[in-house]
Amino acid sequence: MKPAAFEYLAPTTTEEALARLAEHGWAAKVLAGGQSLVPMMNFRLAQPSVLVDINRIADLAYIEPARDGGVRIGAMTRQAQVERDPTVASRLPMIHEAMPKIAYPAVRSRGTIGGTIAHADPSAELVGASVALRARFRIGSRDRGERWVPAEEFFVGLFTTALEPDELLLEVHVPPMPAHSGWAFLEVARRHHDFALVGVAAVAALDSKGRSDGTRLVFFSVGEGPVEAHAAAAVLQGQVPTPEVIREAAETAGDADVDPQSDINASAAYRRHLVKVLGQRALAQAFLRAQGG
Amino acid sequence: MNIEYPISVTVNGTRYDRDVEPRLLLSDFLRHDLGLTGTHVGCEHGVCGACTVLFNGQPVRSCLMFAVQADGQEVTTVEALGTPDDLHPIQEAFLEAHGAQCGYCTPGFFMTLVPFLEENPDPTEEEIREAIAGNLCRCTGYQHIVDAVKLAAAKLGS
Repeated sequence: MKPAAFEYLAPTTTEEALARLAEHGWAAKVLAGGQSLVPMMNFRLAQPSVLVDINRIADLAYIEPARDGGVRIGAMTRQAQVERDPTVASRLPMIHEAMPKIAYPAVRSRGTIGGTIAHADPSAELVGASVALRARFRIGSRDRGERWVPAEEFFVGLFTTALEPDELLLEVHVPPMPAHSGWAFLEVARRHHDFALVGVAAVAALDSKGRSDGTRLVFFSVGEGPVEAHAAAAVLQGQVPTPEVIREAAETAGDADVDPQSDINASAAYRRHLVKVLGQRALAQAFLRAQGG
Repeated sequence: MNIEYPISVTVNGTRYDRDVEPRLLLSDFLRHDLGLTGTHVGCEHGVCGACTVLFNGQPVRSCLMFAVQADGQEVTTVEALGTPDDLHPIQEAFLEAHGAQCGYCTPGFFMTLVPFLEENPDPTEEEIREAIAGNLCRCTGYQHIVDAVKLAAAKLGS
């Protein structure tokens, strides 16, 4: 057998799952879609002694329009379902465009929204998109009840999140896009749907005079987690987004905001180059959409 | 730790009752416990697509699921598609367009293509290449597979 032996628990309610996690703590691992965890178990890189399979908790799979104009997505909603959902397509066009870039159809059949967020792979599309869109995550535990954590505070390092061992990610809330805003989601990968060498999620926002106001640029696959380009945003703030301003912001992102590493897939220098090129393209596209183009 | 769990899985319309260890992969369950060796295992970590089966009608990597998770569910494998005397149109198309060489990856391609062609009966070449991006073939260079998918779409549509 490929994976090491484990104790298998398959709760059918959220309460039961939280109770099992509270009992087993660090020994337990949550099995959502399993598209990242099971490969790690097959390699025995992960050898959890207890597996809490939450696939039988039907209450955690839903997509609902939120009152604020955004969307609430249950953690166990399959990625394939989000990809095809009309509410997501109309209210969250960036998420709609990002979904098919996640791995392959057979992976998205099983892979879940909550799973990719909680796994916190730095190259995961939704990790970058959720920070750019200012998503919030509802988290539950048996002993401390529920809490909300903003995406900007949730991803704390390589495959590391704000989740405590007894906690379970329950829901992703993505707010609506700001007024007078546009978006872009771009990535470069070596094959269709392979892990991104560099990706970027941009939300461009304009004030009443057409100047950039609160524009957000988030890169992924360039560090231990999603990297928000604050220096680039500062270059844009209060400026009319001319091609020169956009180019300066993207150059700043590559020089000041990111510190990519070399690996088998790409050198640090190539990743920095991609940050500048993709950053420029993403900002141009996002501002064009914000201007109604 | 090595407790076995009773499961009841419907595979290709037949119900199987077995006791399995929770760490048994669905791919190994199909091959070793049920003897359905049409499902091939390649990389066993979700990259190559050779082990693709339908789980409740949706394409999945059977190496990334545990058999115990299939309890009460329906699995469809390549054995359900056609027989040597009565091939499925996708199998016919691969035969005629030389979409298979060594054949190792072929069952995974079939099980990826069945739901794809149901959802996209008349795909463009770009859509076909997107659809099969998660299936690795080291023989064909993919061109004959793309041709076979076009032919399969024509056969299924007629």
